Amino acid sequence: MRAFLRRPIVRRFFMIGAAMAALEVMTGPPGSTEAPTAGFAGSFTQPSPFFGLFSTVRWVVFLFLAVVIWAIVTLWSIQGAAIKRSVTTVTAVPRAATQRKSVRRGLGVVLLIVALILPHVITDPFWQAAMVEQIAVYVLLAMGLNVVVGFAGLLDLGFVAFYAIGAYTTAWVTGALPTPPLFGVDLNPFFAIPIAIAIAMLSGVLLGAPTLRLRGDYLAIVTLGFGEIITIFANNLYGITGGSQGTGVIPHPSIDLGPLHYVWGLTPVPYYYLTIVFVVIFLIAFSLLEHSRVGRAWTAIREDEVAAESVGINPLKYKVMAFAIGASTAGFAGVVTASQSNNIFPSSFTLFFSINILVLVIFGGMGSIAGVVLGAVLIQTVSMYLLHSPPAGYQSADLYIYLGALLILMMIFRPVGVLPSRRRKREIGLAESGEGHMDEVLTGDTP
Amino acid sequence: MLNVSNAVVRYGAITALHGVSFNVEAGEIVTLLGANGAGKTTTLRMLSGLHAPSEGSITFEGRNITATKAHQFTSLGISHVPEGRRIFPQMTVEENLEMGAFGRRGSFSEDMEKMYATFPILKDRRKQMGGNLSGGEQQMLAIARALMGQPRLLLLDEPSMGLAPMIVETIFRIIGEIRDSGTTVFLVEQNAAQALRLADRGYVMENGRIVFSDSAAKLLTDERVRAVYLGEAV
Repeated sequence: MRAFLRRPIVRRFFMIGAAMAALEVMTGPPGSTEAPTAGFAGSFTQPSPFFGLFSTVRWVVFLFLAVVIWAIVTLWSIQGAAIKRSVTTVTAVPRAATQRKSVRRGLGVVLLIVALILPHVITDPFWQAAMVEQIAVYVLLAMGLNVVVGFAGLLDLGFVAFYAIGAYTTAWVTGALPTPPLFGVDLNPFFAIPIAIAIAMLSGVLLGAPTLRLRGDYLAIVTLGFGEIITIFANNLYGITGGSQGTGVIPHPSIDLGPLHYVWGLTPVPYYYLTIVFVVIFLIAFSLLEHSRVGRAWTAIREDEVAAESVGINPLKYKVMAFAIGASTAGFAGVVTASQSNNIFPSSFTLFFSINILVLVIFGGMGSIAGVVLGAVLIQTVSMYLLHSPPAGYQSADLYIYLGALLILMMIFRPVGVLPSRRRKREIGLAESGEGHMDEVLTGDTP
Repeated sequence: MLNVSNAVVRYGAITALHGVSFNVEAGEIVTLLGANGAGKTTTLRMLSGLHAPSEGSITFEGRNITATKAHQFTSLGISHVPEGRRIFPQMTVEENLEMGAFGRRGSFSEDMEKMYATFPILKDRRKQMGGNLSGGEQQMLAIARALMGQPRLLLLDEPSMGLAPMIVETIFRIIGEIRDSGTTVFLVEQNAAQALRLADRGYVMENGRIVFSDSAAKLLTDERVRAVYLGEAV
């Protein structure tokens, strides 16, 4: 009997069963003071539809799930190598093709065309707004954070600060703040773009220069603090930012050049195109940057800072540069959000926002531009879908349970991200085989 | 060429170097010997800008470089091969060499070919990850990477550490060749016998002080050195 229980296949069943039971209790009905155990018992005995097929009680559903998961895991452990091999054979041809530059470019153009016609296919106003506010802007932010986290290997937990700075700068120059506007006149939000980028970049340098001597966790804590400081400023400086009431009305951008006259109005689609233009510009700029001298310096610093110094790289200079570039991207995203949504509130710039962007970067594949774009589109689309058509019993905060679970699964089965950069894949592969070290960003120590 | 006078290095309350003075002349191989904890690595950290001396001065080719930062050394003409090699493990051999030329402008392909001629094994491993090389190959890569910066003075920290005797032999032969091609070498070593056979002059360190110095040939026959560092009964 003991030997039977010790067999991995049996042990695994009990472990999965226990995990499912825990999930059952967690998602079950709440208890009450009168009957403290009622919720617990109800978690198992409450009637529940069996995936919409027939009605039964909860424990049957969960037992069924446990068996299915157990079967998959067992099958994988027995036949995993064979399954992987057949998958690799099937994907070998497309994989080899995407290594080719011409194919990659072609694919990029096709995706761009798809992105351009998308607003004509998806006409639901919810999705049109989501495509700008929740997807395109997040793609920009993820690309910016990728420069900091993926290229330079710096863990920034206060990325929201630069986004807030961009948004508030827009409000400032367009005259939507209680303070008089920067140049005395209310400017068109278009002029806010260079100003916001410059101010965000400057604050990136100001924050980076003294703090980027720190490494790993220490830097993460400082940036986290900076993000909080900016939010608290926005909240408490009533006379300057409007406090928690938010800003006044930020005008929409417009073009007024003789015969050319256009106003970006309340409809989101024009903003979508405006953002796509900038996404493409940043995309090209960052991929050039990645393979430039600067990009190589970042790689060297990420791999071994002391060695990088010994070959003549000034780590501080390149780290500040990464910080400033990331910050300016976020600053630009702030302009888009501010001018599109008309007014901004401190409550949108939370720590959670920074973490959300970081999740997009990690999910997509740190250091891979295509990866983070894909990661941002996927995760944001899923969360918007859940918001738009929530399943029964779904509450908006549940999203984070799902995202958390997704990240845990990613870390176990594909720690490199959905579409990893080639170098990152090698780094993590080497670390797993015991050579080299796992990324500094993830472990916080240098070798 | 390089002049260190009365350098004091402190780590917090602990003094690691108590007023160290020595000099290296152009075209020499100078070796610094000493037991573990004598201050050899601290001396090299100081010479590569990783830890500034709190007293004393360092001059290189007549310029005071006491406060120079680590990343500025390559442009001065000093390259450092750090202890433990510290190659970029996830870059290929070729990329590692390219990084060595980071501070230089213009083409360096000629130098790359020169490195491949000096270290043929690196040419074979050109497309391999630095982290996948053997210890000896990594040491060669670290030296080649430092030479890509076209230094006039090369600082080597324990190049024989953890390597098989045969490979140590090769590496020391190459260090000799480097000197012959005009690069001055400052070599920190625990392997005293081998270092002294190669070097022109040597300094011996104990407890953060230089206790004596002489030509390498004389040190090799010096009783104190033989007793302590060559492990021979006198």
